[in-house]
Amino acid sequence: MAGDVRPAPPGDRSEARITRLVQISFIAALGALWWLATNVWGMSPILLPKPQNAFSELLDILGSGEFWPDLLLTLGELAGAFAISMTLGVTIGFLVSQSPTYVRVFEPLLAGVYAVPIILFLPLYVLFFGLGASSKIALGATISFFPIVLNTIAGFTSIDKLYVTAAKSMGASPTILLRHVLIPGALPIILSGLRMGFTVALLSIIGSETIASLAGLGHRIVNLAESLEIGRMFAYIVFVVVIAASLNAVVSRLEARRSLDP
Amino acid sequence: MRARAPITGFMARHPRLSQLATIALFLLVWEITARFFVDKMFLSPPSRVYSEIDRVLNTKGLMQALTLTLYELSAAFVIAVAIGMAIGLSVGLNAFARRCFMPIILLLYGIPQIVILPLFILGLGIGPPSKIAFGVTHGIFPIILAIVAGVQNLKPVLLTSARSMGANRWHVLRYVVLPHMMPSFFSGLRLGMTGVLLGVLLAELYVSTAGIGYFTGLFTQNFDPTRLLGLISILAAMAIALNEFMRTVERRFSRWRGND
Repeated sequence: MAGDVRPAPPGDRSEARITRLVQISFIAALGALWWLATNVWGMSPILLPKPQNAFSELLDILGSGEFWPDLLLTLGELAGAFAISMTLGVTIGFLVSQSPTYVRVFEPLLAGVYAVPIILFLPLYVLFFGLGASSKIALGATISFFPIVLNTIAGFTSIDKLYVTAAKSMGASPTILLRHVLIPGALPIILSGLRMGFTVALLSIIGSETIASLAGLGHRIVNLAESLEIGRMFAYIVFVVVIAASLNAVVSRLEARRSLDP
Repeated sequence: MRARAPITGFMARHPRLSQLATIALFLLVWEITARFFVDKMFLSPPSRVYSEIDRVLNTKGLMQALTLTLYELSAAFVIAVAIGMAIGLSVGLNAFARRCFMPIILLLYGIPQIVILPLFILGLGIGPPSKIAFGVTHGIFPIILAIVAGVQNLKPVLLTSARSMGANRWHVLRYVVLPHMMPSFFSGLRLGMTGVLLGVLLAELYVSTAGIGYFTGLFTQNFDPTRLLGLISILAAMAIALNEFMRTVERRFSRWRGND
């Protein structure tokens, strides 16, 4: 049991192949279990649709293109929320990071609010902004603001003072200092804040669409659940999961690439 | 650093006081906005929320709702810790299992779980079981990841020496593996608690007949921002208290390691 806990040496190709095989067979076993439960053991199709039905529904959704309005709305809300939280988060984070005093005063306050599950404020946002897109944008912007602002503060304060002093003593103007020292130094941490912010913005937007809304991907899933079109709902769930996973993958890739740049 | 303006100098000398002043300023702006600029159907001033907090607590059934939500939280947390530990240990202690299943676990963790919330309601009904289950699926992943992280950098020499001194499996687990993973275990517990809280609250807000989600919905539909804000403040205070409690526990149990 506790025998082999060392990280395995990478690059062992037959090991890697076995690993891949186990992963694939694990997923295949889950799929087989799904098929058996619905087709052979007669599990209620209201709880779990047959995989072949869900698949044909997925093909139908993709073929008919009926997902476009919901998808565009959700992505639009995401873009709006992220634009707001990125602008405010990076700006406020930069301003706070300008003085150690500001950091000492404001950083604990921001971190304290971050500990509250902001999803609690959703009813309030619905009260203020209604059931439409604006309440989702506002909630998504609020939730994603905190990781962005905290990481921006952390990014700018993590820069070695020596670099700043050196640049200044060599006569760098504030613009040059910002362009060539501060921004490159803080960028990796800010980017990881932006990635976290993006992920939670997506989550909270789909979440608030699920809980209280008139349209959007989250709303579509709830609608299908309520009309017991479970096969189609599963297809939409798969669709949303794939969209979310690929958006996250793109953002992580962007983060990794920019952070490696000098 | 030389103070550039009187206000910065004040902040430097009294950071605590400045924080309180910031909060007071925020409340003041809120108070003025609510009193003079916004329809009172939508926003209540903080003074009114505070003075009428007993009206919130006296709402029929609200105390039971808070109790029910706390029960859902604790049940979900206990289950998430138990299953998370079992999966975390069985995946983390074996390098092969770790390589096979960690990518799958990370993949699942990345899914926005909110999309499967309707399934939980369909399968488990609108009562506490669906909330507990949804809390478990949110809380379990941080716990698994923390436990795997905690056991995977265990020094092999510790295991070898324990075994050479005649420790059996149970002894190794109890006296080597468990103390070693304590710090990351407790940070996993804290993150797990955050996840459980998120899952239970999401499920409560989505559909609820007796929990706090029912009351937030009720107050929203009645345009009663005083009680809505009161209830949200109570819940936020609970969340902060839980978080601080977990942080204290985390610090206490990681202390023995010192700074190694």
